Amino acid sequence: MKSNALWQLTLARFREFYREPAAVFWVYGFPLVLAVVLGLAFRDRPVEKIEVDIVSDNATEHAEKLEERLAGDERLKITLNSAAEARNRLRTAKTSIVVIPSETGASEYLFDPNRPECVLAKNAVDNRLLRSGPNPPALPAESKIEEPGGRYIDFLLPGLIGTNLMGGGLFGVGFLIVDMRVRKLLKRFLATPMRPRDFLLSLMFSRLVFVLVEIAFLLAFGYFAFGVRVQGNWLALIAMILLSAVAFAGLGLLIACRAKTIETVSGLMNLAMLPMYLFSGVFFPSDRFPAVVQPFIQILPLTATNEGLRAIINDGAGFGAIIQPALILIGWTVVCFALALKLFRWR
Amino acid sequence: MGDLYHSCMTSAIRVRNLVKTYPGKPPVEAVRGLNLDVPIGQCFGLLGPNGAGKTTTLEIVEGLLDATSGEVEVLGRTWAEDARSIRELIGISLQETRLSDKLRVIETLQLFRSFYSKGIEPEAALALVSLQEKAQSQVVKLSGGQRQRLAVACALIGDPELLFLDEPTTGLDPQSRRELWNVIRELQTRGRTVILTPHYMDEAERRCDRVAIVDHGQVIAEGSPNELILKLGGEHVVDFAVSGAALGEAEIAGLPSVRSVRVENDGFNLTVEEPAVALPAVMGLVQKVGAKLERLTTRTATLEDVFVNLTGRHLRDDK
Repeated sequence: MKSNALWQLTLARFREFYREPAAVFWVYGFPLVLAVVLGLAFRDRPVEKIEVDIVSDNATEHAEKLEERLAGDERLKITLNSAAEARNRLRTAKTSIVVIPSETGASEYLFDPNRPECVLAKNAVDNRLLRSGPNPPALPAESKIEEPGGRYIDFLLPGLIGTNLMGGGLFGVGFLIVDMRVRKLLKRFLATPMRPRDFLLSLMFSRLVFVLVEIAFLLAFGYFAFGVRVQGNWLALIAMILLSAVAFAGLGLLIACRAKTIETVSGLMNLAMLPMYLFSGVFFPSDRFPAVVQPFIQILPLTATNEGLRAIINDGAGFGAIIQPALILIGWTVVCFALALKLFRWR
Repeated sequence: MGDLYHSCMTSAIRVRNLVKTYPGKPPVEAVRGLNLDVPIGQCFGLLGPNGAGKTTTLEIVEGLLDATSGEVEVLGRTWAEDARSIRELIGISLQETRLSDKLRVIETLQLFRSFYSKGIEPEAALALVSLQEKAQSQVVKLSGGQRQRLAVACALIGDPELLFLDEPTTGLDPQSRRELWNVIRELQTRGRTVILTPHYMDEAERRCDRVAIVDHGQVIAEGSPNELILKLGGEHVVDFAVSGAALGEAEIAGLPSVRSVRVENDGFNLTVEEPAVALPAVMGLVQKVGAKLERLTTRTATLEDVFVNLTGRHLRDDK
């Protein structure tokens, strides 16, 4: 009974994968480990402690009065110091703000506007002084909203999914091809009637199946461990994942199409992946980078993937929001496949 | 019309004026106008020292490499026009190929079988190379000889008209070697052709119907092993070494019944027609110059002798 070549080739890819325990760990285990470690490190915690220094060498009485007024906010950890000592502590980040009391009643703040903790300290001190003064304005009521969707882990998980898609496409396809070239297996296949397109399609199909399983696993883990929910359209999410998987498979194919050794292809892949790890908004938003590099960042396939995924998972969007990322990914797919097929070396 | 043409074909492989030059400073001329005819139904051996152009020629004939110029016909078809059809009809086994480690033996054969529109069952291919017991083993668990047999099975799975075997008996125990030769013989009885690059010269001499010797990018000798040995001019070899006095090549060459002289290692290698005539003459010469005979052997000429005579080298450099 003769079996179809495409089916046999795809079957061979599955067998090679699940019979290699190390590969299974790196693909499934590693993103989980990253998610857990980073999710824990950056977990939501209420702001606990704000360091405040009050200068006390000149107007000691006023300093002590200030201390009393500020004591109403439990988060403020107040220290009295000389002017010189307080300035030094501000410079070395041991304190977040220096308050200089004066006889006239209007204090002076010293702080570094570039450090978030200083801005936070200034606002807390300001707020406390305002509310503890002679005629406090009407106090707004406070309701604490702590729902998932805006936490760091909600931001991180789509980034990890994107990274997984990238790594899988590049290493899954690229490494495999170079390994087969090194073993002279590609050359051996060339001597048979096997159609090159069957071979490439088998790589694509196996990639897509692996991707759906991997991502389902990551999403399930995100949901059960951290409560991360997909807020938007599931079909759009699947479309996004498949488009991204194909684009990265194409990129992997292009990188591997002529490489003769594992060392070469490893180097090329790291070269391709590193800018995307840093710039594409995996661990922090990509808009933190200056405006001049934004156009370059926006066309990277991983950026497009992450933005599309976040729009659906975090912002609850549907097909409408993913048109631009989809077009970028389709562009990469077409260019990579066209070039790769032209330059491909079987020997 | 196509069938009529093919039924008139007598050569499984026909090569005319094959040239392959690799670019470089200076360019490397691997194959320089090579001609070859491999008749259908034969077991044909292709011999040549390393760097002779033998592997390059084979890869061009197998469709794995493009020629710089020349004509190549495989089973009456050309690669330029009929590539897919040729690939359906040939099977190759390359020494350097490493099959996927994690696939099982039977799975590997199923994969290769799926490429061909006609062929034999994986189990049948396994039986031909006596690997049935290992059907469920992963390739990585096989010994070198077992992997070799699997490679041959993969070459046979498409039931090829023309089989290319690269050093097929390397690493095989005598039993496996015999079985492989039985398979080759059986293929020949069905009109199939086998072309191989033998690893062992004595096998080439005993098993090949015809051989071609390639050196410096051309075929320098071609014929049945016996024909080539006869062409040496003598069917016997005398190998001897002396000490104490020097002997000149020219003197030895002039002795009766001596056809050729070659200096080898520390002594001389002669091809002679009749040992009964040549041996006494050699002894006489040794005595005349006052030398002492260190060693002397005499035997019938082999294909190896032909090879060394023509190329100046042994088939395997480890000799």
